[in-house]
Amino acid sequence: MSVDLSLDYFALFGLPCRFRLDEATLDHAWHTLQTEVHPDRHAHLPDGSDRRNAMAGALRVNEAYTALKKPLTRAQYLLELAGMGSDVINANVMAPEYLFEQLQWREAVEEARGTNDIDALEQLALRLQIQKGGVVEQLAVQLDDQRDLDAAADTVRRMMFLDKLRQDIDNVLAAFDG
Amino acid sequence: MTYSNKVLDHYENPRNAGSFGQDEEGVATGMVGAPACGDVMKLQIKVGKDGIIEDARFKTYGCGSAIASSSLVTEWVKGKTLDEALTIKNVQIAEELALPPVKIHCSVLAEDAIRAAVADYRKKHGEK
Repeated sequence: MSVDLSLDYFALFGLPCRFRLDEATLDHAWHTLQTEVHPDRHAHLPDGSDRRNAMAGALRVNEAYTALKKPLTRAQYLLELAGMGSDVINANVMAPEYLFEQLQWREAVEEARGTNDIDALEQLALRLQIQKGGVVEQLAVQLDDQRDLDAAADTVRRMMFLDKLRQDIDNVLAAFDG
Repeated sequence: MTYSNKVLDHYENPRNAGSFGQDEEGVATGMVGAPACGDVMKLQIKVGKDGIIEDARFKTYGCGSAIASSSLVTEWVKGKTLDEALTIKNVQIAEELALPPVKIHCSVLAEDAIRAAVADYRKKHGEK
């Protein structure tokens, strides 16, 4: 079977085009499709366009899965589908208050690293996780219920900072383990 | 990626790192951040009664190029009026630090930080 490359990621997996998503359904649809398009199944094809198409299909399926799996990339993809350019989504337009808060988080991580305070880092990670949960819920309301794309873009931007913060905390924790 | 010697120098010996007290006379703060890389940059200027920027501080969480860009602008804004400070452009920063194309956005962030700090000063002091 070949993949219709003109389908958007949601349609590819037969899912409704919205933010709220049942991860198990996505995983299942991905496994099914991945088996069908796996390059090994097309190894018998002669070199040429059929085999290249099969390869492109397999890549597309994985690309779609990666984009939909994480709430942040799923929200970004929905905004792109709605016609919002990545330059708009990534614009440097954060409210100063939010940036101050981010600065304070980073300072707290830096301080905990300096004092080898693993407990403090784990508490920060926990607080961050709670905040991220709230942000994901907010995205669901803004994207699915209110269809307020500008507000959703702002939430996406906030989430990008939270992701970076999470990486920072993880890196420091990993350094302690090592 | 290889950093230029100038970036490394600012990274290892940051100029004017730190903060002024928020309530200090003549202090204004510019906060900027780039969602795409998660960088956060704070630039503070201290403006004298004569309208000249006497001193500056920065605090940046980000890559070496973002730190170097903000460190550099704290040096450049000193001794300038607000209007003169606003003439500092990201291309000059990028050129001075020999930033590669993928790091140009760091110099843009530093230029934005100057604008934000000047805007904050003017807001606090009722200038247009």
